[in-house]
Parts: sequence; C-alpha cells; structure tokens
Amino acid sequence: MSKFDQLIDSFRKPLSNPRGTVTEFKKTTGGKVVGCLPPYCPEEIIHAAGMLPVGIWGGQTHLSKVNTYFPAFACSLVQTTLELGLRGVYDDLDAVIIPSACDTLKCVAQNWKAAIPQVPMIPLVHPQNRKLQAGIKYLQSEYENIRSQVERIGGKRITDADITDSIGVYNRHRRVMRDFVLLAATYPNVITPSIRHLIFKSAYFMEKSKHTELVQDFIREVRQQSSITWQGRRVILTGIMAEPESLLELFNEYRLAIVDDDLAHESRQYRVDVPDGNEPLERLATAWSNFEGCSLAFDPGKKRGAMLLDMVSTSQADGIVVCMMKFCDPEEFDYPIYYEQLQTANIPVLYLEIDQNLNSVEQLRTRIQGFAELLK
Amino acid sequence: MSDKITSKQLLGQLLQKHYDEALEAKKRGELVAWSTSIAPNEFCETMGIHVVYPENHAAAIGAKGGAIPLLETAEGLGYSVDLCSYARINLGYIKTLDCVADNIPLPDFIICCNNICNTLIKWYENIAAQLSIPMIMIDVPFNHERQVTQARVEYIKAQFTEAIGMLEKITGKDFDYERFYEVMRISAESCRYWKHAMSLAQQVPSPLNGFDIFNYMALIVCMRGKQGCIDTFKLLSEELEESIRQGRGAFKEGEKHRIMWEGIACWPYLGHNFKTLKSYGINMVGSTYPDAWALLYEPGDLDAMARAYSSIVNNCCLEQQVEYRTGVIKDFRCDGTIYHLNRSCKIMDFLQYEQQRQIAPATNVPFISFDGDQTDPRNFAQAQFETRVQALVEMMEEQKKAANNSQGGVEHV
Repeated sequence: MSKFDQLIDSFRKPLSNPRGTVTEFKKTTGGKVVGCLPPYCPEEIIHAAGMLPVGIWGGQTHLSKVNTYFPAFACSLVQTTLELGLRGVYDDLDAVIIPSACDTLKCVAQNWKAAIPQVPMIPLVHPQNRKLQAGIKYLQSEYENIRSQVERIGGKRITDADITDSIGVYNRHRRVMRDFVLLAATYPNVITPSIRHLIFKSAYFMEKSKHTELVQDFIREVRQQSSITWQGRRVILTGIMAEPESLLELFNEYRLAIVDDDLAHESRQYRVDVPDGNEPLERLATAWSNFEGCSLAFDPGKKRGAMLLDMVSTSQADGIVVCMMKFCDPEEFDYPIYYEQLQTANIPVLYLEIDQNLNSVEQLRTRIQGFAELLK
Repeated sequence: MSDKITSKQLLGQLLQKHYDEALEAKKRGELVAWSTSIAPNEFCETMGIHVVYPENHAAAIGAKGGAIPLLETAEGLGYSVDLCSYARINLGYIKTLDCVADNIPLPDFIICCNNICNTLIKWYENIAAQLSIPMIMIDVPFNHERQVTQARVEYIKAQFTEAIGMLEKITGKDFDYERFYEVMRISAESCRYWKHAMSLAQQVPSPLNGFDIFNYMALIVCMRGKQGCIDTFKLLSEELEESIRQGRGAFKEGEKHRIMWEGIACWPYLGHNFKTLKSYGINMVGSTYPDAWALLYEPGDLDAMARAYSSIVNNCCLEQQVEYRTGVIKDFRCDGTIYHLNRSCKIMDFLQYEQQRQIAPATNVPFISFDGDQTDPRNFAQAQFETRVQALVEMMEEQKKAANNSQGGVEHV
C-alpha cells in the first residue's frame, strides 16, 4: 500500500465506525466524549478537559422514528440526527452541545430532552448582535456555562491555561486546514472531491493535534507528486454541507474540481482563527464576532455575495455550485441576494438541492453533467 | 339603537388611521420604519416615528385573498416556497408596491426583534440589503432555561442603548427620556387591557367570539404605544363585561364546545375556518395570543422590559411552553384543541408533536391537527380541515357523554 493510500486509510478509519471511535477513545484515554451539533461549538473547552469533541451532522439512514418529532419539512440534517439519537446511536456520548443557530435547531435542543434523555444536552445560544461588546460578553457567559457543565461531566476543573493551550492546538489545525484547501485546488487530479470531503469530515472524529499531524503528512506526501494540468473545470461549493458522498463522486465523474468551499461543514469552520488576548473565553467569543459570510451569523451588510466573488477570483473558479440544504431557512434567504450579485458578475451558478438521505443521485447527475458542459 | 361607538368601530377607525398616516408621513418626507410584530415599539414611539408592521400587512393581504401574486413575485426572485409566507409576501411587495390591502410606504430603516423566531432576522437582513437601509437588531436569545438569565438581560439592555443611539443618528434628534417613560407607561397599560379583555373569554359562555381576537390583534401589534389602543381594549372589556352581566354569549345559537387554537390563523381561509367551527357551535376561546403581547413591566424598569420582551412563549423552553398551553386549556375551560401545522412556521411546528404528547394527558382534552399555512393558500385543503374538525367534535361529545355518565347525568358546564 502506498504512503498516500495509508494516509487515506487513516482518515477513513475513524469515520468507518464512529461508535467504535468513541469507545476506543474512552478505553485508551479514560476520557469522555461530547457530541457537537452544527454549526459552531467551542470545541476548545471540551478539548481542554481532555475530552474528545465529535461532530454530529446527521448521516444517511432510514427514517422510522423521527416523524413523531418532526413533520416532513425539517431539513435532513436534523431529521437524520434525531433519528439516529432515537435509535440509541449516541448513547455512548457523555453529553451533546446544541447551538440554537436557527429555529429548527432551537427545537432540536428542546426535543432532545424528551427524545434522548439518556444523553445530557448542553444548550448554546450565540448572540446575533455579534459586533457589540455586550454580545461578546454575553457569549462569554454562555461559554462559561459550557465550561462548568463540562467540568461537572469530567469531574475536574478546566483552567484558563488548559483552554489557552487548546486554542493553540485549534488555531494550528485551522491554519493547516486552510493550507489543505489551497493544496486541493492545486492537485485536483490527486485530491478528488470525495477525498477532499473525507479530510474535512475526519476532523470531526479525531483529536485535533493528531488530525493536524496527519493532514501535514498528507500535504507533504501530495506535494512530492508533480501537479498535472487539470483538464476539467473548477468550482466552489457554497451552503451547509455537500453530502451524500455519492453526490461528490458525480463531481469527479464530470471533471469538476472543488477549488474552494463556503460550506458550514467544511471551510467556514476554519475561516477565522481565535484571536490573541488574555481571557481565553473572551478570545473564543471574539472569534464569533470576527467571523463573516455564514447564513447563521447575523450580517445586515450581506457580505456573503462579495466574499463568494472574491473566492471565485482568488481560486480562479469557473462557477459556483449552491448546495442548498432542503428546508434550511437561513440558507434559502441568503440565496436570492448572492445569486443576483453572482449573476451581475456573470458567474455561472448551479443550484442543487441537498438531502442527506437521498436514495438516488440520478436527478442530480443530469444537472451536474449539464453544468459541466455549460462551463466548457 | 345607541349612537355610542363600539370597540369594533373604534378598531376599524384606528387601523385605517394607522395606515393612512404612514402613507401621508412618507409623502411629507418624514421617516417611516418597518418593525417585527413583538419588537419593542417604545423607542420609535418616543421618537415620533411612523412604524408599519409587515407581518400585520401580510396577514391583511392574505385575508383579502391577495397573497398569490406577491408570493409568486418573491418566488420569481429566488425565494423558496418553503420559506415563511409572510416574508415572501412582504419581499414580493417590496418589488410590486401594490396589493389588495392598504399599501404601505417603504421604510427608511427597519427594527427587528427575534423573540418570535430567527426567520425574522434573515427576512429583515434581506430588506435592509435590498433597500440599502439601516437595520436595528434587538437580539433576544432563546431561553433554554426557565428564566431569562441576568447575562441575557444585560445583553438585551445594551442593545436598547445601541438602538437609541442608532435612532438618534438616523433622526438627528436627541432621545427624550421623559417621553420614553410615558410611552413605556402607555405600552404597558395597553398590554394590561389587552390581556384583561382577552381573559374575559374564560367565562362560560364566552362573551367573546374567539376569531375576533384575530381582528383586535392588529391593534396591539400596530398601536400599543398609543392611547387609542388603551381606549379600545377598555371599551372592549366594558362591552364583554356587560355581556357577562347579561349572561349573553358570543354565539346566539349557544356555545356547544370551547377550543384552544394553537398557532397563527389561516388568513386566506379565516371565514371558512370560522364558519366550519361555528356550524358545530365551537368557539375558539383559548389561544397563545393573550400572552403574546402581555409585555408587562413597570415603566422605567429596563431589566423588566428586557425580561418581558424575552419571555414571549415562542422564546421559552419546552417545559414552559407545555405549562403555558396546559394553563390556557384549563383557564379557558377548553374541551378540545386544534393544532395548526403551519407550513410557514418551523419554530411553532417543530415542538408541536412533543407538546401534544405532554399536553393531552395533562389536560385530558382531545385534539386534532391540520395542515395549513398562515398566508399561502396553496398549503391548505378545506376538506381535510372539515373532516378533522368533525372528528374533534365526535371526540369532544364522547368525552362529555362519558363525563355526564360518571357524574350521574348532571349537566356539565
């Protein structure tokens, strides 16, 4: 097996059996595991407690129980998440953090208490007036609450120094992930859309310094290869997430390289570092204030369109693919505004409706094929 | 026949005046704002700014059968059919500036409070972007706990200060704190009279036809900082108290069943819904509306004001939402509940199933649910509504029969 394949295997391993990853972590470290629901959780606090934060972003599964909580018009991300929870898939978690970034997620948190009482729920409500000092201060109090709840679960104090160390680990990881995005745009022949996604997704199931190391190894390994001129087209993805994986295979099939992304599941997680400062929780809260371009972070200036145009020009993309999570209000509201800006700038746009639980991608195939032809 | 004005007439006059004055103000070059329906009105009222409420406007358009062209305009702009129909109507209206109801002037700035839902934030962001106008945001974090934490109170209060600063900048005028105190007094008093009038529906038979709440609501949304609002609800209370003294219910034919209505009205089918219920002698006596504008606080107490705006039912945890609705069913002596599974409103829908599971055993009251939409007429089927209501009537009758039998045939009222 080549070094490249070995590395891919290491990224795939924690994902192939997430439950095994959780129990393995518990067995080897004696630490606890906390689930983090979308979109943004202060993982640094969990990491500082010696615990493993894992991402809970739904998945492909048959829906049989969740219709007693949600009607059909809730997004597939929360439908599949609650379905898996109702089936006991998250029972090994010591807690979950649920941010209330949209109306649906507020209800997920409240339903969780009734549906999955065996897994304690820690709520988090980000301030929307993010630029106000009072907003940062309030978010600090939310993070303080998370710290004390995580301390209770772990049975030991989490010091400011612990969190400061973890912020260091996470900022390093963010920088490496941004390097990886640039690398993926340079080596689309090697880093296929599926591999690109795999590397992002694996970060949700690994301790971050280990993931950083692995991504750095991967970057070194790929850089040894000569970059072959890409014969296909270059696109940017925008939205919450790009799943199921069969969707990404279509991009590969029609020679569409993903040269950058604006997905909440992927690059938005790494867009800004936690800034320098004295108080670690204040630093974490300030990062939310500095963050831009996400439908779930209040922005009366609607900068997302301009940011997408910048991305197109920096990464020399041929077009933008909107991965519209079906029934996601925040994303659906952003779309007409940035679409108009992209249209004015003559950027080709493909609108794909994302349902994580899609059985067949054949309808999407036709659309992706058509878009690839349009870009030729 | 008395020539004394009724509360209904007063309501009609005041609302007409409200819409006329906004248009005239705009013509004179005065500032006009748009606001969400439970945002603090106190700041703009203090500044003497004309405020219009897009949710109320969208509801009026829906009730007058004029939703479709505006919904289609918004959808043509790229807005998904899955989004809130109030938002789609309003975003469509911004393009057409014409509708079947009174027209409203475009705003010079907007004020948004997300105590009802976060959808409002996105809707208002888009208005601000489309019209390139300032947006005042009062962010009221969802209360997962049973109380509004002090950290949240401080955050909300800081936003009040920020809003005042923005208003001073927009208007070029100083904020008059004495006037502010007076507006707080009037607003809180309006809310008290509103709640009192609505609570009179607890009487059996109810002197209030519940669907009238949907009409009176426009006033508490649009004018709660004005004396006219107090006068109207004072008058309404007097009328209802008079009916109670005379033992007169709202339905001449008698009130056979009393229900709680959960959710927003189906505005395009308000008449149909009302007639269907009335044909069975059903009066909608209970709803979450009485408390939606029960914004009670002592004038001058900004902590209490922050808490009041944060404690709207939609912004509270599941336990409180269940307790609140259980209380309504008991206090208003409801025999059944109708849940509107409103295609437009995720925040109200996505806790509904769990609420039903908890409320039904706590109240021992049967319920039905129907699929509808606040203002998109394409998401409602009359036949389904009628069948479900019929099923509810059967369940309520069965329950009453059983109760009578167990009480040895004593009439239950």
